[in-house]
Amino acid sequence: MAASAQPKQDLSNAPSVITLKAVNKWYGQFHVLSDINLDVKQGERIVICGPSGSGKSTLIRCINRLEEHQQGDITVHGVTLSNDVKNIEAIRREVGMVFQSFNLFPHLTILDNLTLAPIWVKKMPKKDAEEIAMSLLKRVRIPEQANKYPGQLSGGQQQRVAIARALAMRPKIMLFDEPTSALDPEMVKEVLDVMIELAREGMTMLCVTHEMGFARAVADRVIFMDRGEIVEQDEPEEFFAHPKNERTKTFLGQILHH
Amino acid sequence: MTDVMPAGERRQLAPPTVETGVFGWMRKNLFSSWGNGITTIVLIVVVAWILSNFLHWALFTATFDAKSGAECRGHGACWALIREKYRYIFFGSFPYEQHWRPLFAVIAMLAMLILSSDRRMWNKRLIAIWGIGSFITFLLMFGEISISISLILFMALAVGGLGMILRGSIAPPAELNGWRALAGIGAVGLVLRMVGVLPAWGLAIAPFSYVETGLWGGIPVTMILATYGLLFAFPFGILLALGRRSNLPLIKGLCVGFIELIRGVPLISLLIMASVMLPLFLPSGMNIDKFLRAQVAVILFAGAYIAEIIRGGLQSLPKGQFEAADAVGLNYVQKTTLIILPQALRVVIPPLINTFIGFFKDTSLVLIIGIFDFLNTANQALVDPNWAGFPGEVYLFAAFVYFCFCYSMSRYSKYLEIELNKGTRR
Repeated sequence: MAASAQPKQDLSNAPSVITLKAVNKWYGQFHVLSDINLDVKQGERIVICGPSGSGKSTLIRCINRLEEHQQGDITVHGVTLSNDVKNIEAIRREVGMVFQSFNLFPHLTILDNLTLAPIWVKKMPKKDAEEIAMSLLKRVRIPEQANKYPGQLSGGQQQRVAIARALAMRPKIMLFDEPTSALDPEMVKEVLDVMIELAREGMTMLCVTHEMGFARAVADRVIFMDRGEIVEQDEPEEFFAHPKNERTKTFLGQILHH
Repeated sequence: MTDVMPAGERRQLAPPTVETGVFGWMRKNLFSSWGNGITTIVLIVVVAWILSNFLHWALFTATFDAKSGAECRGHGACWALIREKYRYIFFGSFPYEQHWRPLFAVIAMLAMLILSSDRRMWNKRLIAIWGIGSFITFLLMFGEISISISLILFMALAVGGLGMILRGSIAPPAELNGWRALAGIGAVGLVLRMVGVLPAWGLAIAPFSYVETGLWGGIPVTMILATYGLLFAFPFGILLALGRRSNLPLIKGLCVGFIELIRGVPLISLLIMASVMLPLFLPSGMNIDKFLRAQVAVILFAGAYIAEIIRGGLQSLPKGQFEAADAVGLNYVQKTTLIILPQALRVVIPPLINTFIGFFKDTSLVLIIGIFDFLNTANQALVDPNWAGFPGEVYLFAAFVYFCFCYSMSRYSKYLEIELNKGTRR
């Protein structure tokens, strides 16, 4: 990984921005989230890893209500998720999300993809929204693509646009759901670089990924999930050097030596 | 095995030669083997024989000018019949000396359709064009239009309410207040009218003599039934399709029930129901115009079919599009109008236009409740005993006119597909 290790930040006094208390969820009989307790501090960078089917994507998708949890409480920025649409919309305005398959809107130009939500959700004047969008596109290093359509961009470029689209809403929290898994190998770095930069700027991030180099470089905490449970969580150095649980050791053995 | 190519020494290869020109194309496509060659020649002979016979009948021995059918006999096609009857075929029983009115009504409708076909016109101007165009069309057809104050108030309420619902979460507050005010004026006015504070006042615009719908016929009838049928069926179908995918069981049940019920019966039975059974349910003395009933039947029927096509488009969208729209904070109406429908409708343009073409022709079924659309006026033209015995000419003529309309729609579908996918393809 190109990035050098992150200087440690002291989060003990930072306020909590996401709290999960005894969260449970089932798909039919399948217990996909089992008694999840999690407390995320403002500015904290968390990497969630685990084998497929372990519930890690479901966990972060519950935070902005793309999936509904069945028991327990999820509180984001002081708002507790309920079936109330107003609550859900309030949380989604604060939480940006980046998907594995980009999910850009293919019928809109890159610029329109970025300005859509600020204009319609935040009622921002078009001109201001476009200015913000262009500065974000410069930040993810593709301002020249502003008037193209998503289908004309490479995977790495599309994912950087997706990050910029989420940032255009000025979110307080960013969720990443395997952002580099659908990319060709040579494009992974350009997306990770953008994410590392974002982490350095103090964004609160929850990132489901298998990029262990990224975890080492920026994470304050690495969470390992298996069979719907949080099995182990620790600072990255400790997590990678001395995993305590057998399942963690097996998983790390599988992804680090092959 | 380690055959590494030296840098800068790529082998330069010309592409393989392709036979070009007319002869090259013919050799490749028509005469590539003995079998293909013989088939080609046989087919050319057959086509040439059919074509020469047709031209002999339709042009070389045809009669273009005749006083009656008797003069046509023994010759080829009797185009004199069309010449004699074309005004009836086009305009039906509309008073003869007033035929310029349906003519201009048709021109007004064609102008509206052509203007709306250009993508650059797809904005608020279109609403004005259709409002004014429709007013002109129906003023020409009816000759006089009387607008009662109740209708104006009801329209204000309906438009205002619709604006509040559709633009509720999208529009800036100033616009929303406008819709609210409009709906409020309509509601208050209607109440005042009902308790009798407002007098029964109406605005009558009557530049021409009144012609009732029973006398309408021919092309204007076909065009009005098809154009307004589809114009109203389209948004209705969208709502039905969205309702069918709703999470609310009552809305979903109603939409599924309606679609299945309407799709399960033939259009003819729906028309007969509208014409025979509906009056039985209405209070005595109340009568809804036959033409309007047929129009509503077409709208309901087309709506159900369009709904199923649009549902197909909605289902073809990846789940990620819904999730991405949710994740950026769009609400249901915004998500549907800004993200989902624009993509879903693009996908269904070919089957949608296919249905439009089908309904344009299906309007002929209104004959069974005594309305004379274009095909039926053509049919009526054959009844004249002076001109008996030339059905082929009349039907060929009707077929030609239908083909012009349907083929334009088909070409437009092609244009629309290309135009809407501009830039979005790699």
